[in-house]
Amino acid sequence: MTATLAPRREPGSPAPASSRRLADRVFRIREFGIVAVLVVFVAVTASIQSRFLSSTNIQFILVDATIFALLALGETIVVISRNVDLSVGSVLGLSAFLTARLASSTHGLPLPVVFLAGIGIGLLCGVVNGLMVTLGRVPSLVVTLATLYIIRGADVLIVGGGQVVPSSYYPSFLTISKATVGGIPDLAIVVAVVIAGGAYWLRTYRSGRELYAIGSNPDAARLAGIPMGRRVFTAFALSGAIAGVAGVLWASRYGTVDSTAGGSYELQVVAAVVVGGVAIFGGSGSVVGAAIGALLLQTINSALYVLGVSPNWDQAIAGFLLILAIVLDRLISLRLTASLRRRSARRGT
Amino acid sequence: MRALLRRAPLAASTLVVASAVAVAACSSSGSSSPSSSSSPGSGGSAKTGLKVFVIPKNLGNPYFTVADSKASGGALAALSALGDTGTETSGSAATSASQIPAIQAAVTKGANALVVSATDPTALCPTLNAAIKRKIPVVTYDSDAPGCRSLFINQASTSAIGTSEVDVLAKELNDTGQIAIVSAAASATNQNAWIGYMKTELKKYPKMSLVSTVYGNDDPATATQVTQGLLQQYPNLKGIISPTTVGILAAAGVLGTAKYRGKVLLTGLGTPNSMKKYVSDGTVKAFELWNPANLGYLAAYAAADLASGTLKVTPGATFTAGKLGSFTIGADSTVLLGPPTVFTSANISNFNF
Amino acid sequence: MEPSQAAVDPGHVSVRARLRPALRWESGLVVVVVAIAIFGSAVSPQFLTANNFFNLGLNTGEIAIMALPMALIIISGEIDLSVESTLGMSSALLGVLWADHWPMLAIFVVILVTGAAAGALNGFLVTRVGLPSLAVTIGTLALYRGIALILLGPRTVSNFPATYTNVGLTAIPHTDLPYSAGIFIVLAIIFAIVLHATPFGRSVYAMGDNAEAALFAGLRVKRVKTTLFIVSGMASALAGVLFTFRLNTAVQNNGVGLSLDVVAIVLLAGVSIFGGKGSIGGVFLAVLAFAGLQNALLLTNFNQEATGVVTGILLLVSVFVPNVAMFVRSVRRAATRMTRRMPPEPALSMPRKDT
Repeated sequence: MTATLAPRREPGSPAPASSRRLADRVFRIREFGIVAVLVVFVAVTASIQSRFLSSTNIQFILVDATIFALLALGETIVVISRNVDLSVGSVLGLSAFLTARLASSTHGLPLPVVFLAGIGIGLLCGVVNGLMVTLGRVPSLVVTLATLYIIRGADVLIVGGGQVVPSSYYPSFLTISKATVGGIPDLAIVVAVVIAGGAYWLRTYRSGRELYAIGSNPDAARLAGIPMGRRVFTAFALSGAIAGVAGVLWASRYGTVDSTAGGSYELQVVAAVVVGGVAIFGGSGSVVGAAIGALLLQTINSALYVLGVSPNWDQAIAGFLLILAIVLDRLISLRLTASLRRRSARRGT
Repeated sequence: MRALLRRAPLAASTLVVASAVAVAACSSSGSSSPSSSSSPGSGGSAKTGLKVFVIPKNLGNPYFTVADSKASGGALAALSALGDTGTETSGSAATSASQIPAIQAAVTKGANALVVSATDPTALCPTLNAAIKRKIPVVTYDSDAPGCRSLFINQASTSAIGTSEVDVLAKELNDTGQIAIVSAAASATNQNAWIGYMKTELKKYPKMSLVSTVYGNDDPATATQVTQGLLQQYPNLKGIISPTTVGILAAAGVLGTAKYRGKVLLTGLGTPNSMKKYVSDGTVKAFELWNPANLGYLAAYAAADLASGTLKVTPGATFTAGKLGSFTIGADSTVLLGPPTVFTSANISNFNF
Repeated sequence: MEPSQAAVDPGHVSVRARLRPALRWESGLVVVVVAIAIFGSAVSPQFLTANNFFNLGLNTGEIAIMALPMALIIISGEIDLSVESTLGMSSALLGVLWADHWPMLAIFVVILVTGAAAGALNGFLVTRVGLPSLAVTIGTLALYRGIALILLGPRTVSNFPATYTNVGLTAIPHTDLPYSAGIFIVLAIIFAIVLHATPFGRSVYAMGDNAEAALFAGLRVKRVKTTLFIVSGMASALAGVLFTFRLNTAVQNNGVGLSLDVVAIVLLAGVSIFGGKGSIGGVFLAVLAFAGLQNALLLTNFNQEATGVVTGILLLVSVFVPNVAMFVRSVRRAATRMTRRMPPEPALSMPRKDT
């Protein structure tokens, strides 16, 4: 492990550049670690039950994972800045129902409009969260806990005892989640592109990188002149909009939408993000890692069902694996800190 | 110690609040008795002006909305036709801890009768028995709490549901093949009872075998995933029974794709409106249900009759439930709504719920 | 006094400084509770009856008991989301062991020990391994619920003897209080004494205020936090026993959804999520407000589906009202900044130590 952490020695290279390279390498190592776990897990399961790797099953897993991967993208953006968004499940539920209604044959609105509506609903919720956190100076845990209750309650009020059923939609709405290209679901490709875009933005653009700064040392960020209010507000707005899109996809995927859609998703999303290597206190982590974390958790779910493990065990296994993941992540970060310290000691910086 | 003394003002104000509340509690009279501002009805029919509370498993549940609401001709419609006041109330999580406060509040508000779909067969007993002790009849519908109610309105005989599900599938499969069950929660009383009868009925078909029972927890996402897992685990699966409206929809979503349609057959309990699409595209040939609105309607009538004293719970006693006709109380204080209806492409368009 | 104690007991000034904002918050809560009482009695003549209060106490007793150690944990700067699953695990144990004909006393001992162990695991992962408590307790939330599921499976055990299930039916003799409310009151007094009048309690505040300073001051942060998690585990186990007896049912999903309710109550009580602030008196008042509001709404013809909205709004109001002045200022500043250049706003996610 330490061998890969040591950068190439370039004479006269400034220390900041090499530690940035080191940081990049660390990110890649963390993602590599999660990918390794995923590969090992898939290999073990496939060896017991080869149909786990059948094209149908892979499609199943990918489509189920895309919704969580999207939510994980939004949540990561928020968590990096040392905040948390607990309302994503409720936003998904509200968006799923309202857009399902719009896509039903009584209204028959075209697909792009339905997606825009979903984004709009999510964006509205995200904006409200963002305003309360930035202007109201209220901790995000409290704000999003409250909006979790409020949005879910609003959803239940609006839905009443209603539900939207697959018969109501015009057909093209339901096929979004089923279309495939070369055996890979369209949905997975699109979401992968979106996540890559998100990763690029966070890594390259100032507005993205500043989120890391805000998360790792808010005081320093403020002193450095970073417009914290604007950045954090944007993070929440994005998280909400993404949850809105996830809601549209949820309705398309599962067809039946009532007032319970998306319930308790928030804790699963936070779990996926943490497993994916994003530090809960902010300042580090990548959206690719979080997406892989979501994929890993869905894969575990699917594996348990395919292997026929007694349903009594999957909750316990999920909890155990989550704890294992964060313990491992902690050990890796301890190693990293130790080696960084050794390097600074050597350099005398 | 000093720190404690400093908190004296706070402690004092808290004590004041607490004691004010206690004094108010002690000074007012005890619990309310059921209000009886009703006019005597003609011999045999229910009184008007009764306060009846309809308490489904949870609010926001589409099945119970049909069963309870006035618009669909359910329980509240029956009460309104009788000239009684019907109120629907419950919690939002389908757990006993969430339902109990609603039941207690109904009693406090002076209920003359309760119509309850039990979230749990035993957890509600203390609360329901307390109501019965105060002469408030309790009628359970859809989901029973045996021993803690005056009457249970069963949608269809438990054995009839279990056996007919298997018979329907067996006919479609020509009595051969592996089948599986996608159920609701592992602890769901109704489903477990029906599954018990399914297993017994399966013995009649030696060439069919039940390979697995999975639990979708009445959540579309989980039900979809467990169905997918089933298909991977048992590539020779020929049929699925899903005795829950959420489960059958989720399974239909998975089986409705080109790969599985017609190769893995599906039946179960579903509502006509939600299953129309899958019947028309051939994913499902036949499925069953009863009319939830009729169930609620009947339960409300029974409750009103019990509260008026025009019905006594004795085996063999009969009563009329408005437009539904007359019913007889059977063993174990149970009333049967009737046999389940089988829906196929031939008759599905006749129904709207 | 030992040096560590001197560092922890900073003298009159800071105690008074800590009390002033607390008193302001709790006075606000008193107003809220009174307002809810007035609202409730206006809406239904049955609200202020002994029977109604009995029901209210019955339905909220377990959550209230769990809120006490939760308050201390949040004051110390951590959080414990696994309480609902420890409750569920204890309920499952009760069911399984009772079905296996264990004597009830032995069952109680096993349950308390298991609750302590569950808390100890949380404490270990947070203090010794150094993991963030939010992430850890999300993991144990799933793990302990899973253990409950493994223990009990789909079974339901509901044949507990009447002597015990009476906690759900009868009041403590000579009072109108349900047993769980009585236990809560006794525990609240104990917790109040510990938190507000012992060095242990002061150290809880100190480590919530500034973990590093507390460490350097010689406080045994790890030991105190682990103790708090253990107490939380035991309180949740006790709540699980009361819950199971009240419903006369041990089933795997007992307690699902309660963790967020407990956290909401503690936040409503004025306990700051950043740590270092809060009081047991506040918890007591918050329990009254939370339970009273839900009960009052049930007695009206209020659309029960909207109860969640009311809870959320209550939570928001409780954190906004103290910040109103700051909020107005920052809105004004944001508006001015949009029209002309101004220095950036101060830190947002930093713990605020002022009132």
